[in-house]
Amino acid sequence: MAETLTHIGQTEPRPTGWRGIAADWSSDQRAFKNVSWGKAMMWIFLLSDTFIFGCFLLSYMTARISTRVPWPNPSEVFALRIGGSDIPLILIAIMTFVLISSSGTMAMAVNFGYRRERRKTAILMLLTAALGATFVGMQAFEWTKLITEGVRPWGNPWGAAQFGSCFFMITGFHGTHVTIGVIFLIIVARKVWRGDFDTGQRGFFTSRTGRYENVEIMGLYWHFVDLVWVFIFAFFYLW
Amino acid sequence: MVDITPADGIPPAEVAEVELYHPHGWWTKYVFSQDAKVIAVQYSATATAIGLVALVLSWLMRLQLGFPGTFDFITPEAYYQFITMHGMIMVIYLLTALFLGGFGNYLIPLMVGARDMVFPYVNMLSYWIYLLAVLVLVSSFFAPGGPTGAGWTLYPPQAIMSGTPGGQDWGIILMLSSLILFIIGFTMGGLNYVVTVLQGRTRGMTMMRLPLTVWGIFTATVMALLAFPALFVASVMMLLDRVLGTSFFMPAISEMGEQLQHNGGSPILFQHLFWFFGHPEVYIVALPAFGIVSDLISTHARKNIFGYRMMVWAIVGIGALSFVVWAHHMYVSGMHPYFGFFFATTTLIIAIPTAIKVYNWVLTLWRGDIHLTIPMLFALAFIVTFVNGGLTGLFLGNVVVDVPLSDTMFVVAHFHMVMGVAPILVVFGAIYHWYPKVTGRMLDETLGRFHFWVTFLGAYLIFFPMHYLGLMGVPRRYAELTDMTIMTESAHHLNSFISIMAFIVGFAQMVFLFNLIWSIRHGREAGGNPWRATTLEWQTPQTPPAHGNFGKDLPIVYRWAYDYSVPGAKEDFIPQNMPGSFGPSREPA
Repeated sequence: MAETLTHIGQTEPRPTGWRGIAADWSSDQRAFKNVSWGKAMMWIFLLSDTFIFGCFLLSYMTARISTRVPWPNPSEVFALRIGGSDIPLILIAIMTFVLISSSGTMAMAVNFGYRRERRKTAILMLLTAALGATFVGMQAFEWTKLITEGVRPWGNPWGAAQFGSCFFMITGFHGTHVTIGVIFLIIVARKVWRGDFDTGQRGFFTSRTGRYENVEIMGLYWHFVDLVWVFIFAFFYLW
Repeated sequence: MVDITPADGIPPAEVAEVELYHPHGWWTKYVFSQDAKVIAVQYSATATAIGLVALVLSWLMRLQLGFPGTFDFITPEAYYQFITMHGMIMVIYLLTALFLGGFGNYLIPLMVGARDMVFPYVNMLSYWIYLLAVLVLVSSFFAPGGPTGAGWTLYPPQAIMSGTPGGQDWGIILMLSSLILFIIGFTMGGLNYVVTVLQGRTRGMTMMRLPLTVWGIFTATVMALLAFPALFVASVMMLLDRVLGTSFFMPAISEMGEQLQHNGGSPILFQHLFWFFGHPEVYIVALPAFGIVSDLISTHARKNIFGYRMMVWAIVGIGALSFVVWAHHMYVSGMHPYFGFFFATTTLIIAIPTAIKVYNWVLTLWRGDIHLTIPMLFALAFIVTFVNGGLTGLFLGNVVVDVPLSDTMFVVAHFHMVMGVAPILVVFGAIYHWYPKVTGRMLDETLGRFHFWVTFLGAYLIFFPMHYLGLMGVPRRYAELTDMTIMTESAHHLNSFISIMAFIVGFAQMVFLFNLIWSIRHGREAGGNPWRATTLEWQTPQTPPAHGNFGKDLPIVYRWAYDYSVPGAKEDFIPQNMPGSFGPSREPA
């Protein structure tokens, strides 16, 4: 950590124990050493966003445990008839696989970004975006299927009306996050491809130059969206 | 670019400076500006404008309560719309926006020694989305059916039923949309304030050297980033209930003998979400006030703040505790007695850090060189008012005392004293204190003293009698009290008295507004540091500070913000950017 100077320019001895912890956290210029502004901002945003998804999931769980009518069985509702037999949760399993895979390609993109391998970084980011778009596409298929079967936000043929409300609200909100992620992945991939981060090209809106760290910040968001999906998968589909 | 090498025994800059965005012309300089100072003024002006609407609404309410039956245009429906919009505007669109968007934007970069917020573009978007939220809110006054009359808490099921004004019209939809927009806009600004404080400080500015103003705004912003999500989710879900006919909050219910389509929702769920936001919101408004008042008192009493570290920990502690007390707003909704016990206990524990702060303010004043300037008057008024409002909070925090007092005028008196009048007094004190920095001129002293005394004494004459009315059992949110046996003749007289006082205090605010505008041109020239204060915003090369705040080189901080009346120093204040040769420091080790 950086030393704090007293008013006469001497460095103070580093305090120990709790005072040391407080001194570290409140140390000169930056609380988090070697964390850029952008990365700090993304982490704090994700913390805030965690509270949003947390509130959505808690509200859903409240609705589910307090309802007096049966909750539709997710294994049956989300089953697909393939080859003459109902396979429970098959589409959701594929969607989950696709999204988790996209986290893998994103991590690889971050790695190649720091190695300045522009081509590989951009391709991997576009691959990530493609997997994300596939996920959203399958979600659209899922929504269509449920809607044709009569599921509405205000009711469904099998039980508690809150099933449809929570399903459309939570997956819709998550899907919006994925869609926004796909758009930004494409934008950042384009910047990487053109070499904006090497030539110091300024952003159209912000007039600021970017760095390859932007790929990592993009990755933070993407991994977060994946992580949220894991919770939705566990609490909504597997419960 | 500053040099990153250490020089003269000063800690090296940990990062190179980021190049500033420079405006190209009038539009990017004054309208779509990315400069935090301009954004601060935009936020403040918008908040003041919408606050005036809320002030007028309070007059209309007092017209009805003070002189029932006299004004035909104030129907019960209109009355409910007035109380709803008055509450919502004052709490969110005025106080939150003014403290965080206004004071936060202006003071954070200047006080931590930064050139601007870390992401000026996002900061600019924050204001424009806030403005959009305000416009959506205002548009509900002109929508069919008018604004919502659900009460500022928007409790379902009544909020979206046809018996409530705006419930089945546009009112509630516009209200919820406006809240969602506000939260999105606030998040953009809030992220900026937090990251600027954490990562954007100048050399030597440790967190434990931050002025308490910054600590207050910083902690409040962190809280807002964690509390607003609950309101966001509640707003989205209620919007779905209203527009799509879902049943998140709507139980099976019949209206005018007709069974509604809703089934199985939980109104209590909304209350939990709302108050998980709503209680921290009280401290989102109070903590910046705590911070600012600490600096006002220290500066105008020419004495270092008493117990700086304790003040910081008290702010952080209050912030953390305020997330585990929310259900004390819901005692009458019914809950397990153990939960009531838990929430009453946590609520009363908050009194400890709060009392520490009050003692420390008083001990800062103790044997200080107190200058009774207008900011100081407002700061003193704040302490008294906050203690008053806080003590009635002890009544309402206890389950058994709360139940009979709930939904009476006692509650109205309590929260107006503690989170209405008290923070507003700080807002005024802060404006008198920093106006010279923003405009380069002082506000008029005579008008200011008139404004202070009328506001301070008037506020007591308005809200003290309400405690008494509440103890009598006079309910709040009733448009018509005339025929209630509980309302004695003297109670009616008291109500008329309160109303007249409210008009007088309201008009005093017009004097204040006149002062604000008049002094821009005609005020006395202030100079760079009229209050002889230590913090960095008073050390800028130009007043008002130019784009980039600090000229060519950023200031370097050698001491804490409270070196007032240090023995052995030439002057009774030593600015934070003055090295040891200017005098010793009283900074706690």
